[in-house]
Amino acid sequence: MNGSSFGDDHQEIREAVRRLCADFPGDYWQALDRDRAYPTAFVDALTHSGYLAALIPEEYGGSGLPLSAAAAILEEVQFAGCNGSACHAQMYVMGTLLRHGSEAQKQRWLPEIASGRLRLQAFGVTEPGSGTDTTSIRTTAKRDGERYIVNGQKIWTSRAEHSDLMLLLARTTPKEEAAKRTDGLSVFLLDMREAREAGLTIRPIRTMMNHATTEVFFDNVEVPAENRIGEEGKGFRYILSGMNAERILIAAECIGDARWFLDKASDYARERSVFGKPIGQNQGIQFPIAKAFANTRAADLMVLEALRLYEAGADCGAEANMAKMLAADASNEAANVCIQTHGGFGFAEEFDVERKFRETRLYQVAPISTNLILSYLAEHVLGLPRSY
Amino acid sequence: MKVLVAIKRVIDAYVKVRVKSDGSGVETQNVKMSMNPFCEIAVEEAVRMKEAGIASEVVVVSCGQQNSQETIRTALAMGADRGILVQSDAELQPLAIAKLLKGVVEKEQPELVLMGKQAVDNDFNQTGQMLSALLDWSQATFASKIEKSDGKLTVTREIDGGLETIEVALPAVVTADLRLNEPRYASLPNIMKAKKKPIDTMSAEDLGVDPSPRLSVVKVSEPPARQGGAKVGSVAELVEKLKNEAKVI
Ligand SMILES: Cc1cc2nc3c(=O)[nH]c(=O)nc-3n(C[C@H](O)[C@H](O)[C@H](O)COP(=O)(O)OP(=O)(O)OC[C@H]3O[C@@H](n4cnc5c(N)ncnc54)[C@H](O)[C@@H]3O)c2cc1C
Repeated sequence: MNGSSFGDDHQEIREAVRRLCADFPGDYWQALDRDRAYPTAFVDALTHSGYLAALIPEEYGGSGLPLSAAAAILEEVQFAGCNGSACHAQMYVMGTLLRHGSEAQKQRWLPEIASGRLRLQAFGVTEPGSGTDTTSIRTTAKRDGERYIVNGQKIWTSRAEHSDLMLLLARTTPKEEAAKRTDGLSVFLLDMREAREAGLTIRPIRTMMNHATTEVFFDNVEVPAENRIGEEGKGFRYILSGMNAERILIAAECIGDARWFLDKASDYARERSVFGKPIGQNQGIQFPIAKAFANTRAADLMVLEALRLYEAGADCGAEANMAKMLAADASNEAANVCIQTHGGFGFAEEFDVERKFRETRLYQVAPISTNLILSYLAEHVLGLPRSY
Repeated sequence: MKVLVAIKRVIDAYVKVRVKSDGSGVETQNVKMSMNPFCEIAVEEAVRMKEAGIASEVVVVSCGQQNSQETIRTALAMGADRGILVQSDAELQPLAIAKLLKGVVEKEQPELVLMGKQAVDNDFNQTGQMLSALLDWSQATFASKIEKSDGKLTVTREIDGGLETIEVALPAVVTADLRLNEPRYASLPNIMKAKKKPIDTMSAEDLGVDPSPRLSVVKVSEPPARQGGAKVGSVAELVEKLKNEAKVI
């Protein structure tokens, strides 16, 4: 259904991703979901086929493709009923290193990340005590000669158990001493393989979907000073500069989810016969699906616009945020409609609808919640007073 | 040895196929398409032959509409060297495709033609056999293992109830069965490289073939919906139902 209106770009990549995903059907994900297990075989297949290195420049061993190619890959993964959240960050967390790291740091890490020998897919920003208010984080990194000593706690650090490196945001100058609210934070590439032997504890958090998320505790964890990315104190800006790419990619995933729900709902509505006719013949069933379709298509256009601006090197903050919000809303609406269309069967594991429903719900909260996007638009686009 | 692999673009094996409301065929508009799984196995085998130094060049050919190029690109991304599209908007039936392929074989002069044993859309399982007859070449169908020694192939075939091993003289047409190999995924770097590999386009006229259908489709319909089952209380009741309700004994 509706294949021609969505996803016209990067056809050959989309087709190849679909082919790969076909080997990981619903029952593969259902079994993992039951055990809250990591989709290792799926992630290995994506890694070895080079998809997760799409954005790494060719000189560092990746394919050096534009953001739209990464968006196409992730959209297709979700559209195929798979779940890219297990590894999507391997695609974009390296962006901070690529943009702000020294040449020596890039030479050291990017080729390893591109080949998949090193996994950089843990991103330690959120903390239990500060939440959305990132500049109030309390994890500290204190300089001690040629190293930093990290103490504190992160929460919702996804994939930490399945990552070798963590991109870590920590305070290097106390908030009171920093010139600006956004100063005094620094970014590090923490080698968790070493740190787990020396002060780093990772504890999984069970969530409503299978997401491999964790909380991470730092007890005098050492990071060599050479692992700091960019200048000390400028970390917040470095992190922000990667946000647009992240938002656009998550939006593309939501479009993929929404398309999966719309196909699934339409197929079922055509086939399921109650009171002697297909349920899809009732406007009460078809209108909500049609509406979710319209909203998905509209959100998709915003994703394309954000991609266009991003790839032209223009400012796309507003569009990236709107794309993320509209796409997450669209996938959530489509998920809801899909469950409703399936009636009782929407709740049965083997239909995958309830699993995808749980998975896509996350994106109204993470990596940034809808309210914060609205605050951004109000303040930065509409010129309204800052509300927080 | 030069290897020609014939591939077909079909409705994706995971898509729920829908019959057109007028019964003239199945819906292909806006439906996900991909390479026929058996053709994929044939491509994989050819690429492995190249990697093992047995094949010198792997050429893929597809007959069909312009968008079959995308399927050719997939084969190129798996490792084939170049592609040929025999472009035709007509409905192509096995005999027409076999004739078109014969034309391509005469131009390309491969020693081996590899293809899928059947396409999962129409399940004809005819094209390979027809091609070998038209060329007057040896054939080995349903291959689950292919080995080359000078001038001939040793092919293990999947047959009812077991395996059969035969020797065929080259040149030959071999069709792939499911267990011949497990096709690789096209990798992203190879997808990008494949964009630069050449694809020649030709028409049925160029090959001097009239591809018009010889068979006409009378009607396509959905298989009957599965009826709910019932539990029987005894053997006697089962026999009674099989006799009088199902009328099978
Ligand atoms: C499964 C999962 C995976 C995650 N993965 C990661 C990860 O890998 N790395 C990482 O760093 N973080 C991760 N996060 C954290 C995620 O980014 C945060 O949960 C999110 O940013 C919200 O922060 P919070 O949970 O502290 O909510 P809070 O900040 O406590 O907010 C709670 C609610 O209040 C609203 N709110 C807060 N302030 C305002 C305001 N001023 N105006 C209006 N509404 C407001 C929020 O929108 C939200 O709805 C993940 C979260 C989850 C659930």
